[in-house]
Amino acid sequence: MLLFTSLLFTGLYTGNTDAENGGIGNDLIDQIAEELQNRKTIAAAIDEILASKAERKREWLEALLSGTLYFRKSDKKVVTVTKQGSSFELTAASDGSAQGTAGKREISKVKINNSLRKKLRNAIAEMALDDPDAKARVVAVEQMLQSLDKSKLAAITQRASTETDSSVKKLMLLATHLNALDNGTGPEKVAAIQIIGNNTRDIVVQRLTSLSSNEDPAVATEANAALVEIQKRISFYEKIETVLFGLSLGSVLAMAAIGLAITFGVMGVINMAHGEMIMIGAYTTWAVQQALPAFIEYSLIVAVPLAFIAAFLVGVLIEFLVIRHLYGRPLETLLATFGISLILQQSARTFISAQNVPVSNPSWLSGQWHFDPALSVAINRVVIFFFCLAVFAALMWLLRRTFFGLKVRAVSQNREMARAMGARSARIDSMTFGLGAGIAGVAGVALSQLTNVGPNMGQSYIVDSFMVVVFGGVGNLWGTLLAGLSLGVVNKFLEPWVGAVLAKIVVLVFIIVFIQKYPRGLFPQRGRAAGD
Amino acid sequence: MKLKNAIMGAVMAGFTVATPLAIAEDTIKVGVLHSLSGTMAISETTLKDTMLMLIEQQNAKGGLLGKQLEAVVVDPASDWPLFAEKARELIEVNSVDAVFGCWTSVSRKSVLPVFEELNSLLFYPVQYEGEESSKNVFYTGAAPNQQAIPAVIYLKEDIGVERWILAGTDYVYPRTTNKILEAYLLDSGVAAEDIMINYTPFGHSDWQSIVSDIKKFGSTGKKTAVVSTINGDANVPFYKELGNQGVSAEDIPVVAFSVGEEELSGIDTAPLVGHLAAWNYFMSVESDVNDEFIGNWHKFTGDDGRVSNDPMEAHHIGFNMWVQAVEKAGTTDPDAVQEAIIGVTVPNLTGGVSAMLPNHHVTKPVLIGEIQDDGQFDVVWETKGMVAGDAWSDFLPDSKDIIADWRKPMSCGNYNVKTGVCSGQNL
Repeated sequence: MLLFTSLLFTGLYTGNTDAENGGIGNDLIDQIAEELQNRKTIAAAIDEILASKAERKREWLEALLSGTLYFRKSDKKVVTVTKQGSSFELTAASDGSAQGTAGKREISKVKINNSLRKKLRNAIAEMALDDPDAKARVVAVEQMLQSLDKSKLAAITQRASTETDSSVKKLMLLATHLNALDNGTGPEKVAAIQIIGNNTRDIVVQRLTSLSSNEDPAVATEANAALVEIQKRISFYEKIETVLFGLSLGSVLAMAAIGLAITFGVMGVINMAHGEMIMIGAYTTWAVQQALPAFIEYSLIVAVPLAFIAAFLVGVLIEFLVIRHLYGRPLETLLATFGISLILQQSARTFISAQNVPVSNPSWLSGQWHFDPALSVAINRVVIFFFCLAVFAALMWLLRRTFFGLKVRAVSQNREMARAMGARSARIDSMTFGLGAGIAGVAGVALSQLTNVGPNMGQSYIVDSFMVVVFGGVGNLWGTLLAGLSLGVVNKFLEPWVGAVLAKIVVLVFIIVFIQKYPRGLFPQRGRAAGD
Repeated sequence: MKLKNAIMGAVMAGFTVATPLAIAEDTIKVGVLHSLSGTMAISETTLKDTMLMLIEQQNAKGGLLGKQLEAVVVDPASDWPLFAEKARELIEVNSVDAVFGCWTSVSRKSVLPVFEELNSLLFYPVQYEGEESSKNVFYTGAAPNQQAIPAVIYLKEDIGVERWILAGTDYVYPRTTNKILEAYLLDSGVAAEDIMINYTPFGHSDWQSIVSDIKKFGSTGKKTAVVSTINGDANVPFYKELGNQGVSAEDIPVVAFSVGEEELSGIDTAPLVGHLAAWNYFMSVESDVNDEFIGNWHKFTGDDGRVSNDPMEAHHIGFNMWVQAVEKAGTTDPDAVQEAIIGVTVPNLTGGVSAMLPNHHVTKPVLIGEIQDDGQFDVVWETKGMVAGDAWSDFLPDSKDIIADWRKPMSCGNYNVKTGVCSGQNL
């Protein structure tokens, strides 16, 4: 009797929770918890979810896909997690109720592989077709277009009749045309080709390529004509893409070199430790992200001034301890700064780690802007390009429009005269070197978004930086910017043609020949400053 | 003079049995030749720590032949000629009985003549391009047929890949591996236009054009995969660029031979999730020996967050094989150990048993793992049993007739079975 009551009670209770959430079948997720944990049975468990009518189905699938679906070991409950520092905040997958927090060892992740990911994406796409957000619907249709079949087509056409958003509607129409290409009669195919024959999407090009040898001559000619048009467009976009790639690479080169343009260009110090100033900036970014794990989104904004300060201080220190005593002795400066570079690298190895450190990308920096299926740019590349221009503009302003800039220019042009006029040249030198180092630190923040942050990172930029500064004309900031950008573009045009290894060599040979002919670079210093 | 010193030494030793000098003479010395500074420190410092741990464990078990083991650690500083000098120093000055070390192929090639001249033993723990078998070197990492070929078979048969991009850093390991893979793919019926080969300089950081090419190459509708022999530092910008241009692991998976737990521990893994790596060991492998090994490793380093990786397992196998061979031979004499070690079997960390083959390579399982966002691998495929390391690739026309067998009477690392000639040495 007791047993019966408790059974009844449990039954009622379960019924209640379902009723409270207004959903049916949400308990399923906890029932198949064990299967989700085992690599051999997870595929079947996901099929079970897909076949079910559980209301929270889509949330589960999305959590699975994003890797936030976990399994709590203590009570075998399936939960979704959000990371809070080193612990995890748990939410029950079955009803969305808060489940407190747990450490890494108390929960284990539901692991999926690529084929399951693909399956999930397709399943979510079909569910997202009715999403109120138009962007989600675009993603859904895009996903479905990749592997179009009858049921997907039916779902899309059904939805198209009530679709209000124009970009979604356009994609949905594309689906019907693609279907015509796949299954239509000859005239239908021709009509479809005429409509979508200027679309540069892979899926269109693939179909047209196979249709170009169709037995129906009308279809084949039409497909061939469309292909020629598409190829023309694609190769045009490819050229634009190459220029954009070049500008992006160029902005990275210029960014890395601007600091050197000051220490080497303006002051004439051969600073082999320039790469390590970049490294300091990048490590600062890492430190900021470590210190503020909850604010990754804003970490870069915080890191830029901090990186400048950190590298500035190190720069001033180096100037004070070493470089100050070696002015006018370029060979000794070269050796001393090379030594400093090694010391800084090894300190990073010893005090932080010989390993690279992880720097994550804020979400506002990831993603792409699509202008056309064949042409898109990565947002972080665009941001870095404009960041480079901004840093450059700020530096120009500082040197041309401020009293400090005036003194820097005076000291670099004629030290004796500047001193006679009351400029404290030692102090100016120290500040200028710090400024160059600080700018390199800022560059490090930008570079941390593209490449490794580790003890070796500085070395990969030092040669390129000198190359850019010398090519642009020592002492000329505009030269550095233009040299960086043009070397980037030239490199990117050479790369597909001769390969990455040879492209680099060709660029170096070009610079050697160029410097033979114009020893003062693209934009030589004119007037008295040049007279050494 | 020398005699006098020797007598003095003997007298001194007789007087003070417990002095450090006496103990030092009564130990078996093991050389550790890994870069602790310079570019390769990123990978090699861990292996130095692994060796120190293995030696400490062996000492705790009572040492070897009744003697304690003593590690002699030197730092060749990622400088290839310095590797040869340091190897010579270890053997001649420190008189070590075996050396565990090297990472890059060029460092191994640099020390090889030293080990052959002075007849000492080197245990080399890293996957490499093959086409070598020396009397004095034991290759405990993977040969191409223990990593690259099985990975390609997996992609072909399980994923259904039809178009191949072989991308690598421009040096000997990727070049040779890609040559082998290309020959294998062409043999197995892949058309030449379905293979794209691309080389990039060391530390290449701007991958925009190459990723864009990969995307175009993979846009024909045939399943495409990248087989990557891209070295260390160049990997992060490569994967980041793949993410930048929206190439996901589901569309175009990348299977890498140089990306392991250690490399992943230093990067933001978000853009890598779902991509693949082929190794003979993953930290995530479930076996009792592995759990014990990781436990010891954490205890030894005092850091619960430290990861283990494939070359560490190779050192584990190599060291235990050497210990067994020394016990079997009853001496640390290189010639005796060389003879004794062939056929020695030790448990590997994946739960199986690895054996030293007559060609100085070992048997290992091959695993394919998918990268997870915690920097670990989830094993998605593995070979049924152990795969025997093949020194000379069967897919290259120059080496397919060549075998290596260091058992007597053949004792040859480069024997042509067609001509019956034991020619020269290594390529």
